[in-house]
Amino acid sequence: MSELALTVIRLGFLALLWVFVLVTVFVLRKDLRAPADARPGRLAPPRRPASTTAKAAKAAKAKGAKVRGTKLVVTEGPLTGTIVPLTDAQVTIGRAPDSVIVVDDDYASSRHARVYAAEGAWVVEDLGSTNGTWIERTRITTPTVLQVGAALRVGRTTMQLQK
Amino acid sequence: MRQSNRRGTELMLLVFALVLVVLGMLQVGWATGTAIPTRLWVTMALLAALAAGMHMVVRLRATYADPILLPAATLLTGLGLVMIYRIDVANAQRAVHNNITPPTPDVYAQLTWFAIAAVLFVAVLILVRDHRRLQRYTFTFGLIGIVLLILPLAPVLGHTINGARLWVRLAVFSFQPGELAKIALTIFFAGYLVLKRDSLALVRTRVAGVGVPRVKDLGPILIAWLISLGVLVFQNDLGTSLLFFALFVSMLYIATGRRSWLIWGAVLFAVGSLASWALIPHVHERVTIWLNPFGYAADSGYQIVQSLYGFANGGLLGAGLGQGFPTLVPFANTDFITAAFGEELGLIGLMAMLMVYAIIVERGMRISVSVKDSFGQLLAAGLSISVAIQVFVIIGGVTRLIPLTGLTTPFLSYGGSSLVANWIIIALLLRISDRARRPDTQAPAMDDAMTQVVRRV
Repeated sequence: MSELALTVIRLGFLALLWVFVLVTVFVLRKDLRAPADARPGRLAPPRRPASTTAKAAKAAKAKGAKVRGTKLVVTEGPLTGTIVPLTDAQVTIGRAPDSVIVVDDDYASSRHARVYAAEGAWVVEDLGSTNGTWIERTRITTPTVLQVGAALRVGRTTMQLQK
Repeated sequence: MRQSNRRGTELMLLVFALVLVVLGMLQVGWATGTAIPTRLWVTMALLAALAAGMHMVVRLRATYADPILLPAATLLTGLGLVMIYRIDVANAQRAVHNNITPPTPDVYAQLTWFAIAAVLFVAVLILVRDHRRLQRYTFTFGLIGIVLLILPLAPVLGHTINGARLWVRLAVFSFQPGELAKIALTIFFAGYLVLKRDSLALVRTRVAGVGVPRVKDLGPILIAWLISLGVLVFQNDLGTSLLFFALFVSMLYIATGRRSWLIWGAVLFAVGSLASWALIPHVHERVTIWLNPFGYAADSGYQIVQSLYGFANGGLLGAGLGQGFPTLVPFANTDFITAAFGEELGLIGLMAMLMVYAIIVERGMRISVSVKDSFGQLLAAGLSISVAIQVFVIIGGVTRLIPLTGLTTPFLSYGGSSLVANWIIIALLLRISDRARRPDTQAPAMDDAMTQVVRRV
């Protein structure tokens, strides 16, 4: 094969190699914007599927009638604005990925605390955390009833029981 | 609700990568004046078929996975095959010239290894449905990793090649278990650091502005350091030793966010390297060659000097595939494959390949920040850092930026263990990214207008 043809092929190969890199970078650039809501410690914006709203409200009412307060609202910390509906199942709080409220916080333990229903009230129990679980300004040592409106603090996250 | 999952983009890039590989092969044939043997056409067809198969498995089993990793890794593997074939051709021509029987070509063996790598890639994607399941076996993986590391020292199995005791020989083929140990230990580090990062990050006193952790928290970094030194002393393998220590320190830093771990890592690294420079003749020799290769151009520095001449011959644009003299460098298709690429594709071509590595690492880090569970974050970061460190250590060594240490160039080098291990890394990264990018359509429908369900993760 002629010298000229080989040179053309040689340079063409290099050019194509860079085209591959540039196409990849282009795909990557488009991709960078997409999953902004997928960052750790942040949650996707609330979705409200219209078809299920009525049913869910009814279910919540049925359960909420038994105990005071129906949801736990995060008022401070990285998860601010998160609302966790309280059901019969206990709500675990901690850094462990299988907790119901996963707090990504250096001051929280893996299994920090839990909130569960007992005798018509919501009870908070500290699960032997390092930095403690606080209701208002008191560090709790035994399972304690959580009053509606009281601030529950785990690490840097503050939650409130709401009706 | 079907969201774009970018599998089409992946297919497009994959075809592009395969076209580049075929063009490279043709160019080698044209430039060296050898007809492409039928067996090589079959090889290329098989490469394409395996890549297509992997793409289909990703479509079915990791639908939302990152679209760039698979084509990028395929391109590097394919370019590796091109260069291994090119070196085969050169060896065959020299053998004909010297009237000796030509050596067995390596390219077909490498394709076999790629087939095994592809099978394991598929197996990982199918068997590991969710990367968080690996977390349960944290300590099992730690044990597997250490066993794999010391396996070459076992009396019957172990095998020394070129002064480093890294191989395990089973009947006909030999294997470097250290490459798989890298993955097992990354899984172990990730699981372990998720458990321990509270105390590693928080408990410390400050001395002269540097955080000093408690002695019992220093334990793991000291153990990692001792294991690295052990690998160095008993297996004579500088590269693997460096890789493990750098990997552990980076993961510790990522897990805790404390810069002081980097300082501690650097101090221990400095102590370890000075001690091994002073005490281990093998290491001392490497450093001497690094500082003054031309002083030993005829003997111990021959390889690195030839590699530097290769880069010089390649210059900016390269000699062109099939038009350089890559076989003048000993081990041109394993440790020194970068030198062969530097000569034939030039600085411009080599930079493009380094960009592909950078993109793979960037995707890994991106997956790490977008996945929600801490184990996934650490695992993705650790896997991509291990690729980054390995590329830096070997290419830095070949280009004489740092002393040369024998590590394989991920995806490119001739050698099965490395190829298989790196494809498993890609499979794991795809698995994690599938989790990270999957839209949350399965959230239980319990929320009313005011509430939002925090899905159990």
